[in-house]
Order: sequence, then C-alpha cells, then structure tokens
Amino acid sequence: MSTTNVNPKKLVENFELYAPKLIEKMEYFSPGHRACQGCGEALAIRLMCKALGKDTVISNATGCMEVISSLYPTTAWNLPWIHVAFPNSASVGSGVEAGLKALRRKGRIPDRYVKTVAIGGDGGTVDIGFQALSGAMERGHDMLYVCFDNEAYMNTGIQRSGATPFGSSTTTAPAGKASIGNKTWKKNVAEIMVEHGLPYVATACHSYPIDFMNKVKKARSIKGPSYIHCLSVCPTGWRSTSETCIKLGRLAVETGIFPLYEVEYGKYKITVDPPEKLRSVTDYIKPQGRFRHLTPDQIKGIQERVLMERNKFMNKVNHSKSWEELRAPQGK
Amino acid sequence: MGKRIGMEIALAAAEAAALCRPDVIAAYPITPNTHIPEHLSDIVAEGRLDAEYICVESEHSAISACCGASGTGARTFTATSSQGLLFMQEVLPIVSSLRLPVVMVIGNRAVSGPINIWNDHSDIMYQRDTGWVSLFVANGQETVDMVIQAFKIGEHRDVMLPVNINIDGFQLTHVVEPIFMPDQEEVDRFLPTYKPFAQLHPDKPMTMGALGLPEIFNEAMRAKDEAILRSKKVVLDVWKEWEKQFGRKYEPIESYKTEGAETLLMTMGSMGETAEIAIDELRKDGFPVGLLKIKLWRPFPFEEFRKAVKGAKCLAVMDRAVSFGGPGGPVFAEIRSALYDEPKKPKMLNFIIGLGGRDVQVEDFIKMAKKTASTKKLKPEDAYEIYGARE
Amino acid sequence: MSEKKWPETWQEVNPGCMVFRPGSASEYHTGSWRAKRPIWDNAKCIKCGVCYIFCPEGCITEDADGFFAANFDYCKGCGICAHECWPKAIVMVNEED
Repeated sequence: MSTTNVNPKKLVENFELYAPKLIEKMEYFSPGHRACQGCGEALAIRLMCKALGKDTVISNATGCMEVISSLYPTTAWNLPWIHVAFPNSASVGSGVEAGLKALRRKGRIPDRYVKTVAIGGDGGTVDIGFQALSGAMERGHDMLYVCFDNEAYMNTGIQRSGATPFGSSTTTAPAGKASIGNKTWKKNVAEIMVEHGLPYVATACHSYPIDFMNKVKKARSIKGPSYIHCLSVCPTGWRSTSETCIKLGRLAVETGIFPLYEVEYGKYKITVDPPEKLRSVTDYIKPQGRFRHLTPDQIKGIQERVLMERNKFMNKVNHSKSWEELRAPQGK
Repeated sequence: MGKRIGMEIALAAAEAAALCRPDVIAAYPITPNTHIPEHLSDIVAEGRLDAEYICVESEHSAISACCGASGTGARTFTATSSQGLLFMQEVLPIVSSLRLPVVMVIGNRAVSGPINIWNDHSDIMYQRDTGWVSLFVANGQETVDMVIQAFKIGEHRDVMLPVNINIDGFQLTHVVEPIFMPDQEEVDRFLPTYKPFAQLHPDKPMTMGALGLPEIFNEAMRAKDEAILRSKKVVLDVWKEWEKQFGRKYEPIESYKTEGAETLLMTMGSMGETAEIAIDELRKDGFPVGLLKIKLWRPFPFEEFRKAVKGAKCLAVMDRAVSFGGPGGPVFAEIRSALYDEPKKPKMLNFIIGLGGRDVQVEDFIKMAKKTASTKKLKPEDAYEIYGARE
Repeated sequence: MSEKKWPETWQEVNPGCMVFRPGSASEYHTGSWRAKRPIWDNAKCIKCGVCYIFCPEGCITEDADGFFAANFDYCKGCGICAHECWPKAIVMVNEED
C-alpha cells in the first residue's frame, strides 16, 4: 500500500491505510536506543518485534542494532535477547532453539511455544555470518532468521559488504578516478535460502510495514526454518536525508530493484506489485549521495542490469510451482 | 553401584558426559577427539540420553550453539581439539564473560604448522587467558571423574564459569583402560539438575551480551577475575565431596614420592604416568627424585605449588608446547614467575617434550632427571630446551 | 531491582554484564539530539496512524481523541512523520524557535 500519488478523497476506500491503528501497541523495542535519526533498520526492528509478540527469544549478531540497543546497564529490548559475536547469530540461535526445545520437553520451563528469532545485518548474514546461517537453515531448526540489509557494514563506518549494490561508494570500495565504487552486483541471499529448501522465504522492506509484519507473522507460524530479507534504508550510509527514509524504500520496490515477494513451500508470490511501468532507476539513485559519482552512461548500465534481473526474477515467478504441485505424478 | 570396565577413554568420557544428563550437545568432529561426539550421538540415538544433539557445521558454531543453549538454562557439552579449539577462540572469552557454565572436553592435539594430528599441549596453551577453569587428566579414571566434576564446578553459584577438561589426544583418547564407571543414580546424587542464574525466557526478559563501555569494562574484568579466583575453593570443595561419595582423592598438585626429594620433575597430563615409572627406577638406585603432577591448571594453585616444591634443590618442568620467543615453555614461564619472590627457590630447567606426538619414554625421563640434578642456575631464556631434537 | 548508581563498582556489576531491566534504554532521553521538532495540526489530521507506524523511535502515541503527538524526550527530529503525513498535518519546526 503506497502513500504516494493517491487522491486523498479516496482515503476511506483504502482500509489498509488505517491498518496502523490495528497493530500491536506494545513497544518491544523501546525508544531511547542510540540509532541515527531516521534509521530504517531501527524502524524495521520495531515493527518486527510488534509482529513477533512477547513469546520470542532473539539472538543478535554484532552490528548497528546490537550496539545501539544494548549499552550496559540499559537495554532497549523488552524481549529476551542474547548477543555473542559477529558471525554466529544463526548458530547461537540454533543453540537457543535446541535449549528451549529440550527444557520444554523436560518440563523445566513452562509448556508453551516460544519462537527463536536470529537477526543480523547484511554483514552478519551475507558475509561473515553466511556459514552459520547456511548451517542453521540446512539443519532445519525451528527458527526465523531476519536479515536487516542496509547494504554495507554500517556500524563500522560504511564498508562494502556482499550486499552492497553495484556502483555504490563505500569506504572500502570508494568511488574515484580509477573506480566506480563497488564493482559487484548484490548477493541474492533470499534465493540462496530458497535453494536450501526452506518452507518460507520472503523479502520485505520497512516502507511497506503491514506487508513486512504479515510476513513476520507468517514466518513465526512456520514450525521449521524461515528467512526474511528486509531492506533497511540507512540515511547515514546512503548519504540521503533522514526524512526520505521511507520514500527510498518505496523507490527500491517501484523501480524493480528490490522486489517484495514470498516463497511458500516453493511457490513464488509477489506480495507488493510495483507499478506496471517500473520507475526509472534514476529516481532511486538521485536522492542518494552514495551514487552521486555515477555518470549517465553508468546509470544506463545499471538500468539495463536491473531490468535483466527483473526479467530473470519474473520468469522464475511465472514458472514457479509449489512442492505440492511438483509432487503430482508426471503427465497428470 | 557402578562397575569397573575396560573402555576406550574417549568413549568413557562420552559416557561420563551422558551420565551428567546434558540437555544440549553441539560438537564438531576433529581427530583425535572424534569418538567423543560420535559416541554421544550413539547414546542419544539409542534413546539412552534425552538431549538435543546439534550436528553443527563448524567448531565456531559448536561453541556458539552452546552459548545460546546455556543461555536458555540448558546444561551444555561440547568437545574439540587443536584447530577446532583455535577456530572457537573468538568465542571462548565470551563464554566465560557471559558466565555460562559450558563444559568442554579437549583432546589435546598439536596446533598446525605443519599439520599434525598427534598429542601435545599447544592447543590449550593458547587458551590460558580465556577465563575458563582448566583441568588436566593423567588417565582414564581421572577423565571420567573430572568430566562429572566439571559440571558441578562450573554451575556453582560462586563460579558460573565454563570448564575444560584436557585429555591427551591418542595417548589417552584412543587407549583402553580399566575404569570404574559410576552409575546414573550415584551421578544424579552428586550432580543435581542445573539451576541457572539467569535464563532467556519471555517470562523474565533479560539481555545477555550487552556492550561494555570503558566506564564499566574494567569493573567487569575485575568481577570475572574474582570469579576465577573463587573457583579454586569450589574445585577443592567439589573434590572433597567426590572423595566422600566415590572414595577417589584429587589435589591441585599431586605429589609422587617427593619425601626427601632434592630433584623434582613436574608434568601435566598423561606423561606423568610414564614419569612415575622413571621415578621408581631412580629411587631404586637411591636417587632422591620426586614428581609433581598438575591437575588444576586454571586457576593456578600457587599456594599448593609453593608448598609442594619446598625443600627441593632442582626442579625440571616438562612442557608439551613451545612459547616462541618467550622465556621457555608456557608452564615453565608460569612456574618461574610463581617462585620468583620465594627466598629459597630451586634451580629450574625446562624440557619441552613430546611435541606433535613424539614419544617420551622412561629412559628420557631418567636422563632429564639426572641432567636437572646437576644443573646450574640459568636465565630463563637459556634454561629451556626442545628435548630430543635431532641434530 | 533497586537502582544502582552509575558507574557501578565491580561488586555491583551484574554477572556477565547481564541487564535485567527490559526497556531501560528509555532512561536515556534521545530528544536532546533534535534540531527540528514535529508539530501536529489536528485540524488537518485524519487520524490514520501513518506517523505512528513509521517512527523509528516509537515515540509517537495516540491520545484519547485519536490524534497523535511525539514524545519530545525521545523524538530525534528525523522528519519521517512530517514527510509521510498524507494531509501534510505535520510540520517540522526549528528547535530554537
């Protein structure tokens, strides 16, 4: 549900607009955390916690969200929360899941379901935390993993990660006379997770809060591994203004750069339709200082690649069959 | 009543761990400790132990999963060696800082370069400062006993620290010995259900692993230091309790034929048993030599150590690891430091033996003892030798 | 748990630096970071709650009449609420004014 370009007179017809009033009121991620002004990732965490509810244990990798929320002697978390190190959010989460399972079975904790959720930034998921993520998902722990992707190692000062988009200037892949900035296309971890055979994989963005929260709720209900990749706008690292945080997330979806979809038991479904005519990537690139150095030719190259990736993705969506459908004998 | 059986020590260690009713086991195989996670997975698969067994994809994930599980209040166990232990290293100080009583059996193996799967102590020597309670075993019975004791020591409210038990790889792990295996009822009596200090559970939400600013980090380290120092009394109490219930006595430094000894040898781990035979032979020839076996490595038992070396004229410290560019082997450096201020201290020599599984025989100990008896006082950097290196 | 003075002594530090006061970050008032503050015009407000849902601090709350306002102890002045407000009922005003 986009809040741009809709005639205000049509407000009453758009019920979803009023959905914010129906969501969980409790702030499980309390104000007073030290995130930057306009931090998309902090907003995403706040929304995720509302969707998860009280019966959750969170395992967090080292990163922005861990550092800004847990300065001893205070904590912004109103949920049980553990942080160990940078690469091991998924493996700590595996241990939490196993511990809760064993203790509940042995009657040492109350007999009710508590969800284990492991979270990390793009650094702690796509790069250093990749092994632990792959191992935990492959083992099939009853755990949701949410990656909050702000497209660089923001906490340590905007260094390039595997999720950094092509042409973005970071502090370890800076733009200059001899370099376009980051030279590689974004690593598609959501697709890698689909190939792990997870029952539920989704991409999300905080700019579509109800969609994100519905996905978190759905993942929470899966009794098995699930993965959500949430694009989180970082005004500090993306060199954009703090108030355009939500707008940039929308532009990422409307240009086709970051499709919002879910894969449930193998079946792909787009959950937020971008406009029929995708917006030009220039609309997304212009407000961000990290792309400031790009020439019109380079932007044209990016546009072509974005459209190619989109076609590749749509091809997958259109031909996608659920595991159930694929189980049917051939020729039926 | 338990019974005495002949068993491979690694399997016995796994049986001992299973008797302690761990809730979560997360382990990655690495020679020579592989039989421990393998046998534990057998025990779980047969239904003899109700535990969650996580086949983690690396040792780093093994210790991380143990952190997560221990954080929820589960009793956790893992095992590793050498490269695996070094891969875990990033997390080891975090486990002790988070005050999680994870128990780990280490099948001591040489650290790579060149890769070598056989026994020495280099892997554990890299972990001296991690804040874990460290125990060293010399035989199969001590292995079983100390694995069970480790849970009780770590979970004690005055301690709340992880414990590692060091078993020489191959020399002990793959050796069959007669072991008196306690039965489940006896172990349940000695080791009650784990009552954690704090648990990750929504009924009482809490944060584990907060960020420590410079204002508080110093105090956090002081508190951790106090915890490891307090653990010594708990180790002694647990050993007293063990003696009462099972009849086997343990001391931080065990003395063997040290009455009237002018020369003392000092060992850690299974080489102590070979040294004992050498001591017997030397004593037969009238040589006034004795042996000290270190069982408690961290926290280092300074008081018991100084008492044990009183009156000796010469002391030979046997190391099984090299501290390159330092004042001799790691144990030697600590021993010299412990005796520095003593008005009467023995002349000290350091033999670095048994590296990478090199066999050390009775004759070697006899040679080393004789050399020590006639040594003069030397500077630490001159007092060590890598014994037996062919020239 | 009783309040401990800060900075704590080594005996007072919780074991493992564990924090047993969930949500205690709210003791730190991030409102001091602000350069601009949001002001609501209730005449224009349609009570949709979009400002509430998009606040990264979670400091916007609904009053008894269904209108919204930011808690200025925490508002960092990022401007997201003003930018996203449909009927432009929120205006960012400089702190010094």
